[in-house]
Amino acid sequence: MATLGDLERSIMERLWSSDEPVSAAELRDELAHKTSAGNELALTTMLTVLSRLERKGFVDRNRKVRPHLYYAVTTRADHTSELLQQALGAEPDRAAALAHFVGQVTPQEAETLRQLLDARASESPAPSLVDPA
Amino acid sequence: MNSMLIASVLLAALAVLLAWPVPVLLAKAHWPSRSPGVALGVWSAIALAGGFSMIGSLVTFGLAPFSSSLIRGLRELPPLFVTGPLPPDVGLIQIFALSSAALLTAHLLLNLAVTTTRTERQRRRHRALVELLSTPLQGRPGTHIIDSPAPVAYCLPGARTVTVLSEGLVTLLSTDQLEAVIAHERGHLRQQHHIVLVAFESWRSALPWFPIATRAQVAVSLLVEMLADDQSRRFTDDETLAQAIALVGSAETEAIVRRPNGRAAAVALADRRGAGVGASSGGSSRENAGGWSLDPVTARVARLVHPEPPLNVATRAFIVGTAVVMLAIPTVLLLAS
Repeated sequence: MATLGDLERSIMERLWSSDEPVSAAELRDELAHKTSAGNELALTTMLTVLSRLERKGFVDRNRKVRPHLYYAVTTRADHTSELLQQALGAEPDRAAALAHFVGQVTPQEAETLRQLLDARASESPAPSLVDPA
Repeated sequence: MNSMLIASVLLAALAVLLAWPVPVLLAKAHWPSRSPGVALGVWSAIALAGGFSMIGSLVTFGLAPFSSSLIRGLRELPPLFVTGPLPPDVGLIQIFALSSAALLTAHLLLNLAVTTTRTERQRRRHRALVELLSTPLQGRPGTHIIDSPAPVAYCLPGARTVTVLSEGLVTLLSTDQLEAVIAHERGHLRQQHHIVLVAFESWRSALPWFPIATRAQVAVSLLVEMLADDQSRRFTDDETLAQAIALVGSAETEAIVRRPNGRAAAVALADRRGAGVGASSGGSSRENAGGWSLDPVTARVARLVHPEPPLNVATRAFIVGTAVVMLAIPTVLLLAS
């Protein structure tokens, strides 16, 4: 059972894979063909999901033609980079994506860390703490 | 000298104490790493009591010529401004004090509102990106994996909370260490740390010229990490968590570089042992932790490697009591004046 999120992902994968704008009906046929047969998608579902994606700023459409032709606003790589910039706290919105697990440390601090852990490792018979790989 | 003026002077004295010596002492103290929850409470009390006494001092000073009581003064003042005449000993300085109090209050509240909505918007956008670009982890509802070599882990609060891990993190850490990281992130979510973070972030951005607000924000971010570490320690041993923190912290994640054409960006995971010296670390906005003698990551590892018991009950009760008194003083002074 495909969720709305799965459908959004498949639509975006399709739109990212080619620069050619497509209509909702074409998209539906392609997706229905790719996924299990018999899993007929309603055109209205398609249109709903597309307008959701449009609202989120991932999809735009050419309204001058009938039926409207949909295309991805930008590449997958661009969105990935946006995601990572936010995730790594590169943007000035520290509070947004809640404090990531560990921020980066400077090389000197990394050395202090290693010493701390090495000292601990020599105290106890535990295996080496820092994986040499 | 009427009681309003006395209250005003006392409130001003308290505001000065809370704006400088008290937070400086707290930032230098060692005990917060032993009982981070208590310290978080004290920082919140300082912020609230500091704000109350600052604004209260201005209001009581400005209202002193109008009335002998704050409540009565607040009630009688507005019509007087419209109809006049103002009492004879109301000078420019009183008007200035009252205007400052009103402006400061509005500024702080507006900033909180703006920071909250901005954060909410960014979080929604980020969630949409995560939903589109990550794959759910099998058998672990609410955990998503993003395809990136940089080792990152974080969580998104909200109606449906999401913990996000990266491929790089999964490769870097062992299963046990990964469990420790997930438990840490779940700890953030369970204790609703995002609310505290937004409040202190808003305080910091409202008062950029006020070093204590920045110091508080830095201290609070670290305390929140320690609290999440403590949540993780309920499920994993200290050593595993310490290794996980150290590994992720010292993995040389090259900053995300926007290529000149502004299109695809690359995140490279440089050799973490290697000649990372001088590598740009611009991707992560690390800040000097001010009073802390150690940087945040080392401070967290240090308290796991050399664990110290939490403060005893009596000491905790004393600190909490002090914080309550700190909050009670401006409240009582304002109501009694």
